[in-house]
Amino acid sequence: MKNNKIFKTIFTLPILVYTFILIVLPLLYILFLSFCTSDSYGGIIYEFTFSNYIKIFDLTYLKILFKSALIGVITTIICILISYPFALILRRKSAHIQNLVTKLIMIPFLTNSLIRTYGWIILLRKNGIINNGLIMGGLTSSPLNLMYNRFGIVVGMVYTLLPFMLLPICSSVFEINNDLIEAAKDLGAKPLQIFRKIIIPETISGVFNGSLMVFIPAIGYFFITDILGGGKIMIIGNLIKNQFLTARNWPFGSAISIFLIIITFLLVKLYKRLGGKMDDLGGF
Amino acid sequence: MKDNVIVKLENVSKKFDDKYVIKNFSLDIYEGEFITLLGSSGCGKTTVLRMISGLENVTSGKVYIDSKDVTNVDATKREVNTIFQNFALFPKMTVKENVAFGLRMKKVEEKEIEKKVSFAIDLVKLKGYENRYPHDLSGGQQQRVAIARGIVMNPKVLLLDESLCSLDLKLRKSMQIELKKLQKKLGITFIYVTHAQDEALSMSDRIAIINKGDIVQLDTPENIYNHPKNVFVADFIGEANIIPAKVIKKIDGGINVKMLENFLIDIKTEEEFEKGEDIKVVVRPEDIAVSKNELVGSIKGVIIDSTYSGNSTNLIIDIPGDFDIKVSTTDESKFRENENVYIKFDSNKIVPLRK
Repeated sequence: MKNNKIFKTIFTLPILVYTFILIVLPLLYILFLSFCTSDSYGGIIYEFTFSNYIKIFDLTYLKILFKSALIGVITTIICILISYPFALILRRKSAHIQNLVTKLIMIPFLTNSLIRTYGWIILLRKNGIINNGLIMGGLTSSPLNLMYNRFGIVVGMVYTLLPFMLLPICSSVFEINNDLIEAAKDLGAKPLQIFRKIIIPETISGVFNGSLMVFIPAIGYFFITDILGGGKIMIIGNLIKNQFLTARNWPFGSAISIFLIIITFLLVKLYKRLGGKMDDLGGF
Repeated sequence: MKDNVIVKLENVSKKFDDKYVIKNFSLDIYEGEFITLLGSSGCGKTTVLRMISGLENVTSGKVYIDSKDVTNVDATKREVNTIFQNFALFPKMTVKENVAFGLRMKKVEEKEIEKKVSFAIDLVKLKGYENRYPHDLSGGQQQRVAIARGIVMNPKVLLLDESLCSLDLKLRKSMQIELKKLQKKLGITFIYVTHAQDEALSMSDRIAIINKGDIVQLDTPENIYNHPKNVFVADFIGEANIIPAKVIKKIDGGINVKMLENFLIDIKTEEEFEKGEDIKVVVRPEDIAVSKNELVGSIKGVIIDSTYSGNSTNLIIDIPGDFDIKVSTTDESKFRENENVYIKFDSNKIVPLRK
C-alpha cells in the first residue's frame, strides 16, 4: 500500500507541475496584476489598488458588459430554440441515424473556427450569396445589412456555439424514457402539454449545461465581433483584448479577466445548485 | 359478471416491418371482469393491450370501447388507462402531482382534483406519501402510485402491462391479492397482461392464452387448468405430464388408451377419437397417487428425484420404458430417491388431446 502511494505521487507529480506552471502561476500573476496600475506608456506600477475593479463599474464599461450579456443571452436563446426541435425530431430516428447526425455536427469542429467565421463574410456581405439571392428572388431591391452589426455577430456566435447546446440537449432528450411520454399521452396530455410537463422538466439540466457552454464563450469570443461586427460592437472579450494589446493597460485587462472568471464561477455554482453535474460540462 | 361487452376487438391485425405480430385477432371483454392475456414474451399480448389503449394503431380490423368504434381515436381521448410495466412515474413530480396529472390535463376543477386525488391515494394506502418523489419510494409503493394515477381517471378499462413483474416474489403475491380486491371494489374492467401463469390463475375471472398472436384458449382459470384444449396450454399452465398414447377402442362415454408401453386405461371424454389414433394425454402431477405398496392398476417405478416444497413433495418417477413422470404428493411418508414406488392414475383426471 505504501508503495502504491509513492507510485501515485511520482506519476501525478509531472501533471501537478504542469498545471501549476501553465495555469496556476499565470492566473496568480493576472490576479496580482489586477491590483496594480499602469503608467501612460503601459508600464506597470506596483502599487496595491482596487481602482481597476471600481473602473469596471464605470458607465462606459457597464454598457459594454450589458451589450455583451445581451449578445450572450440572445445567442443562448436562439441556440435553445434551434436545438429542441432538432433533438425532438432526431429522437424518433434510429440510433444509427442519431449517431451519424451527431458526428456530422462534430465534424466542422475539426476546422479552425476563425476560418469558419471568415467563411460567413462570403455569405453575409453586401454582394454576398444571401443578399444576391434575395435580390435575384425579388425579395429586396437593395442589399440588406447582414453584417458589421449585432445581427452578424449573433449569426456567427450561434453558428460557432450551437453544437455546445445541441449535444447536451440531444443527449438529454434521447435519454427520456419513452414510457413517460406514452404514460402522459395515455393520461390525456396533448403534444404541447407533453412538451411542457414532461420533456422540459426531464431535459432542463441539459439546457442549463448547454446555456453555460454557450453563454460564457458568447461574451468572450472577440474574434467573432471583430470579423462579423466590424469592430463597431464590443463584448467583454474585445474589452480584455484591447486592454492588453491596444490600450496597454494590463492591470485593467487583468481585472476584467478576473471579473469574467468570477462570473463564470458563479454561473457554474448556479448550474450545480440546479442539479447539474460537473462531468456533463467536461463531456466534450 | 355482467354481459355487457366493454371492449371488443374485431379481426384486429398488426404488422411491424411487414411481419404480422397479430393477425385477425378477435376478443370480447365484459364489463367488470378481470381478464388476463397470458403468453410468453413476444407472443403479441402487449401489442394487443397497446392497441386497446391506442398507443399502437391497428393495421386492420376494429376496436370498440363501450360500443363506440375507437379504431381511429387517439390514445389521448380513449377512456382507458394503462399501468406500465416499469410504472413510468414522472420523476420530477411528487406522488400527488403524478396522480393529479391526468385530471389536470383534462382541466378538471382544482377542488375536484384535490378530492379525487386524495381518494385515490387513500385507496392504494399511500396516505402520508403525497409529497414524496418517485425515487424516494419502494417498488411496491411506486406500483401503488401508478395504480392510483390510472384509477383516479375513473377509466372504463384499466390496462395493466406486466405490472407486477418488477416486484419481488413476496410483494408480488400480496399485490396480486390487493389488485384483485381493488378491482372488485371499483368494478372497473381490468385487462392484465403477463407471462406469469400463477398471477393469471390467481387473479383472473377469465384467461386468454396467447401464442404466436392467436388466442389458444379463452376460459376461466379452473377450466384452463383442468381442461386444457391442447398440449400448448397444458404445458404452459402449471406442471403437467404429457404422455403419448394410442386409442385402443371406444367405450361408453370415453376411450380406452394404451400408454407407457403396455398400460391400458379408460378415459372419460366427450370428444370423438378414432380407434388407432395417436394422441397425447395430460395428467397433472397432483392427480397421480403414489404409494409404497402395490395397488390395483398401479405402475411400478423408481424415484429419481425428490424435492420437498413445504406443502407437498415433488417427485420424478422413472417408469420402465424411459418415461419420467412428475408426481406431487401431500403424503407425509418419506419418499427417498432410488426407492421403488407405485403410481396410480385417476381415470377422471386424464385429459386426452389431439394436438
